[in-house]
Amino acid sequence: MSLIYLDNNATTKVAPEVLDAMMPYFKEEYANPSSIYDFAKKSNHAVRDARVAIKDFVNASSEKEIIFTSCGSESANTAIRGVLNMNKNKRHIITSKVEHPCVLNLYQTLEKEGYKVDYIGVNSNGELDLAQLEQAISYDTALVSIMYANNETGVIFPIEKISEMIKSKNKETKFFVDGVQVAGKIPIDVQAAGIDLLGISGHKFHAPKGIGALYVNSKTLVTPLIIGGHQERGKRAGTENVPYIVGMAKAAELAIDSLKYELTEVKRLRDKLESGILKTVYNSRLNTAIANRVPNTTNIGFEYIEGELILLHLSDLGICASSGSACTSGSLEPSHVLRAMNVPFTAIHGSIRFSLSRYTTEREIDYVLDVLPGIIEKISSISPYQEELANLKRLRNL
Amino acid sequence: MWDYSEKVMDHYRNPRNVGKIDNADAIGEAGSLACGDSLKIYLKIQNGIVTDAKFQTFGCGSAVASSSILTEMIIGKTVEEVKKITNQDIADQLGGLPPEKMHCSVMGYEALEDALQNFDNMIDLDDLREEKVVEKIVCTCFGVTENMIWDAIKHNGLKTVEEITNYTKAGGACGKCKGLIQDIIDTYYKKEEAENNLPQLSPAQRILKINNVIETQISPELRKDGGDITLVDIDGDKVLVKLRGKCSGCKNSHLTLKSFVEMTLRETVDKNILVIEVS
Repeated sequence: MSLIYLDNNATTKVAPEVLDAMMPYFKEEYANPSSIYDFAKKSNHAVRDARVAIKDFVNASSEKEIIFTSCGSESANTAIRGVLNMNKNKRHIITSKVEHPCVLNLYQTLEKEGYKVDYIGVNSNGELDLAQLEQAISYDTALVSIMYANNETGVIFPIEKISEMIKSKNKETKFFVDGVQVAGKIPIDVQAAGIDLLGISGHKFHAPKGIGALYVNSKTLVTPLIIGGHQERGKRAGTENVPYIVGMAKAAELAIDSLKYELTEVKRLRDKLESGILKTVYNSRLNTAIANRVPNTTNIGFEYIEGELILLHLSDLGICASSGSACTSGSLEPSHVLRAMNVPFTAIHGSIRFSLSRYTTEREIDYVLDVLPGIIEKISSISPYQEELANLKRLRNL
Repeated sequence: MWDYSEKVMDHYRNPRNVGKIDNADAIGEAGSLACGDSLKIYLKIQNGIVTDAKFQTFGCGSAVASSSILTEMIIGKTVEEVKKITNQDIADQLGGLPPEKMHCSVMGYEALEDALQNFDNMIDLDDLREEKVVEKIVCTCFGVTENMIWDAIKHNGLKTVEEITNYTKAGGACGKCKGLIQDIIDTYYKKEEAENNLPQLSPAQRILKINNVIETQISPELRKDGGDITLVDIDGDKVLVKLRGKCSGCKNSHLTLKSFVEMTLRETVDKNILVIEVS
């Protein structure tokens, strides 16, 4: 049984070129980049070059605007806490209802610390309520924090438009964008999009887990989350994780090179998978609109059946995907994202996210299209909602 | 990633006894679409023996496995035997369930309980059938009642709110009811402690107390329904009684005896008391 990995929004495989680039910094070039002897030169320059690569990756104006972190969560925490600490007189934050838990849970903590947080809703297509967002911006707003694209649905938010909105209402308000789900999938241009802070995570674009980056533009001040040495220009203490930094920079270069492939070929395979399922499985529905999504993600609801069971059957055939169902995660509530979108109860528990990568092949997609309808049929046949399923079948076949 | 046992995996991969029985003698349901899992169980009962059982489940791997193994556990058993099955038995038969998934076995137990209750009601032609009491809902997100939580504590020895959530889902969503759940846990264990600390009575005191409870607490209740009860004898832990009036011959009388008379005496006098009807 070969593995068909369609869960690339959760994590990705390390590109072989990335691992190759990292190896010397484990083996021979292990010097601390801060040391002064010649031996440290190579590791020091490796970090310097990597910073330039990440600068190019997000099109920052200077590599001084890049801070290396350990993960996307650290990037987000540094950005959010950092901005709030530098603007103590402002006590209001705006974010969305569909942010990643690493951000949402932090805002819940900040609410307990006395901040007022507005959570902007989405419509049934997963698109942000911009009118509500605009209205919420006030003189007291320290930070607007919106993800670039949603991890569960792949829906891209209009970052440039939001940035204009913020700047026209309150020039002092900072704009943090959680860019974890777009890095490597669509081009990022922090200058053109008017982003003040942007977080990314290496393992979502074929670097290893345990490395991330935060872009902070030169006009934005943040306090460090980790206090200690002078590394990262005092913004993040701790000896640089040289091999991983090198790995992420290599992954960023590869990602830039394959962006066109993502936007054409990966998208074609995603669309093939999506339309194939929607055509052959009568109790399936697309949980989002077709447009404005990252090219690799689709979120499909299978009605009157439960997601974990679908995943378990897929897993038996070597297929990896993920689900917004409550049962999968161990929490008891279904996905907060799908709930915010008002996905009907008939489909929310049976929602499956497939996320492709540039390593996904046509044969793999064909295989999934071949076996998935049978799995759904089998699980539907044990559902207590046979009457509802029969009605649905009649309706869809009209 | 769940560490499911081989048995759980076998049962969700190849569920046994899937479907419905058209002329079922008892049907039970638990859960709902909104909750994320639901189960319907159909029983064929002949001469007090479950001769066939089928199920339909909307739910995760462990929910399907719990329903599937439950049907295997009950086919061929008498109704009395089936009534003794608890959610822990279901989980044990599956080789255990992850703690967060215990509510799946509870759902199986609840559907079975519902089926048997419906079965009892169907053969009860007496007008004495009790009005269905509207139960107090503790967790509004998942519709979990006080009794369900009470049962879960009792059958599984649960001690924390987190355990209750794993077994019944109560408190797993908005979490507003966590305080209420803690109250129920506290009340349960306070009550258990009180029961364990019932004063040691001399044989004479004991007879007097039993008689007193029957006269003041049990008999008045039965009289409301047109029946009554008399104490015939006490033999160690056995309390022999005679049902009279509408109670005698009522097909639900064993329920009255066990769930009301015996429970009341156990709570007030001695938790080992067995109530036996003599004619």
